[in-house]
Amino acid sequence: MTEAGTHDIEIRDLYKIFGPEAGRHVEAVKAGLTKTELNDRHNHVLGLQDINLTIPHGRITVIMGLSGSGKSTLIRHINGLIRPTAGQVLYDGLDVVTMTPAQLRDFRRQKTAMVFQKFALLPHRTVLRNVAYGLDIRGIAEAEERARHWIGRVGLQGYEEYYPRQLSGGMQQRVGLARALANDAEILLMDEAFSALDPLIRMDMQSILLELQQELRKTIIFITHDLDEALRLGDKIAILRDGAMEQVGDGQEIVLRPANAYIAEFVREVNRGRIIEARTIAAPAAEGRELPGFAVKARSRLDLVARRMTKAGVSEAQVRDGDRLVGIIDLPSILEAMVNPADAASDD
Amino acid sequence: MDLIRFPEMSRGSLRAMRQTIDGGFRDFTRAWGDTLEAIFAPLQDLLTLIENLLIRSPWILVLAVLAAGIWLLSRSWKIALGSVLALLVVGYFGMWEDTMRTIAMVAVCTLIAVVVGIPIGILMAQSNRMNAMVTPILDMMQTMPSFVYLIPVVMIFGLGKVPGVIAVVIYAIPPVIRLTNLGIRQVAADVLEAAEAFGSSSWQKLRDVQLPLALPTIMAGVNQTIMMSLAMVVVASMIGVRGLGQPVLQAINQQYFTMGVMNGLAIVAIAIIMDRTTQAYGKRLQKHTEAGK
Ligand SMILES: Nc1ncnc2c1ncn2[C@@H]1O[C@H](COP(=O)(O)OP(=O)(O)OP(=O)(O)O)[C@@H](O)[C@H]1O
Ligand SMILES: [Mg+2]
Repeated sequence: MTEAGTHDIEIRDLYKIFGPEAGRHVEAVKAGLTKTELNDRHNHVLGLQDINLTIPHGRITVIMGLSGSGKSTLIRHINGLIRPTAGQVLYDGLDVVTMTPAQLRDFRRQKTAMVFQKFALLPHRTVLRNVAYGLDIRGIAEAEERARHWIGRVGLQGYEEYYPRQLSGGMQQRVGLARALANDAEILLMDEAFSALDPLIRMDMQSILLELQQELRKTIIFITHDLDEALRLGDKIAILRDGAMEQVGDGQEIVLRPANAYIAEFVREVNRGRIIEARTIAAPAAEGRELPGFAVKARSRLDLVARRMTKAGVSEAQVRDGDRLVGIIDLPSILEAMVNPADAASDD
Repeated sequence: MDLIRFPEMSRGSLRAMRQTIDGGFRDFTRAWGDTLEAIFAPLQDLLTLIENLLIRSPWILVLAVLAAGIWLLSRSWKIALGSVLALLVVGYFGMWEDTMRTIAMVAVCTLIAVVVGIPIGILMAQSNRMNAMVTPILDMMQTMPSFVYLIPVVMIFGLGKVPGVIAVVIYAIPPVIRLTNLGIRQVAADVLEAAEAFGSSSWQKLRDVQLPLALPTIMAGVNQTIMMSLAMVVVASMIGVRGLGQPVLQAINQQYFTMGVMNGLAIVAIAIIMDRTTQAYGKRLQKHTEAGK
């Protein structure tokens, strides 16, 4: 992983203000002018403020937030569809922000691909031509062959000659995914790609994505306003609120240690037993202490761990990551972790 | 003070003004008329060529080619068969040659209107300034009484086919321009964003996304342009354009009722053929909007 570090995407001190004189207000915003104040006094919209984020190579980074929090604005900075008012978007030693139109076009063609909430397929092209679209633009000869391969990978073989209108929403988004994957780009931008699908299809698509990612190891930026989706997909989760970054961390951290009341509220309804893993709450084993005979895996979910322990009739277990001892876990601490602290407090 | 009479400029100054403008225009015509005529000479040749092709070839061959063309565009046996029948009747009543002249004229005028109009429409769609500049000109072109176009055109080119074509094109071009502009502007923003996100150049966006998606709307514009050319071809018979318009003009002057009606009906027949054919073609372009396979 020596080389890979440079392929992280680094977002630095990013500000985006919408309005005709955006540049004039950026200093005031840096000095603390809020979104509402900017809107009331100057009639400009604060899209993003002071965003610093590292998007690691080969991982899924989820950006989460409520409607209007700036998720779409942020993801569009990565492929230059939106230009920031201030700040940098660095990738492989280049700043997307300062690219010329020609450089930006090449960057989009070779390094990025995007999947859209409303699919945004070309209605006059068949599934095959849609999937081949990115390759057609680049004038790649074997476009059709590669398109057929990816249509197969998303489970749409046999539908090559259909038009988008003739497909269900779930199938249309498979086309959208295949179109993005066919581009063979390292960065995959997904703006609420599964939000328009009903829950079962949505789970299906998540599984397809995870399965493909096992093999492809792309740098995926995935936007959602759904916490369950974020926790299921995200290696890293960033939470936006009113254009500002509230917390960045993995799912465990966000659920167990929300940075503030807003995020605590956000994670309140989540089923903690299914998210938190044994390693997260394992306590270090005291020196010379006798280890319990029962062992569980470090990445097992707490609800499953609890069930196995109750079935075996033990109240303590070692948490092991392969050969390594991570720590000790016991039933009371498991129960404690599974109960939301806010709920517990209100019930005392 | 007289409040009833409008305070107009004096008769003398008005006359002087008109004379100056007309004089200037006449000088311009004298200086540039020949050059302009030379520039437009290929137009005359093209028109003559198509006319001769339609009139001098065996009629049955012409009919077959027209029917084949209509079928290719519409893919409808009903329309193709109806067109053949209508043309047979028109020919039987002695209007074959005039009908062919009119078809040639409309074809050339439509071709020019499309070739000139679509690029203008594209430019208007790309730039709001261009849109703001051209729209009032189109409004003027569409409301100005059609006869008024004939005056300057005749002053420059005299009587004949070329001035006819120019007057007809000016009259009939606005719908193609307007609907090209509208069609491109109506393309969904998210599809355009997708094109952009995959790294399309502006030209690729136009070619692969905007024009194909605007095509049904553009075809509706072409259809209107054809109908308007047909209407104007009749008016242009006043400046020597031959075809079905001339007998109508003659019938008006000499009060030949039957002759007027017959030629009028022949024009209606052509109009219906052209309208149904282009509409069916436009529908075919929207194949992808149908559900089901
Ligand atoms: N072109 C624009 N002009 C003005 N304001 C804009 C523009 N685009 C976005 N905004 C504003 O920026 C803020 C963030 O918008 P954005 O679309 O990024 O939100 P989002 O998190 O993607 O929301 P959603 O979940 O609804 O998609 C909103 O307040 C929005 O009104
Ligand atoms: Mg959004």
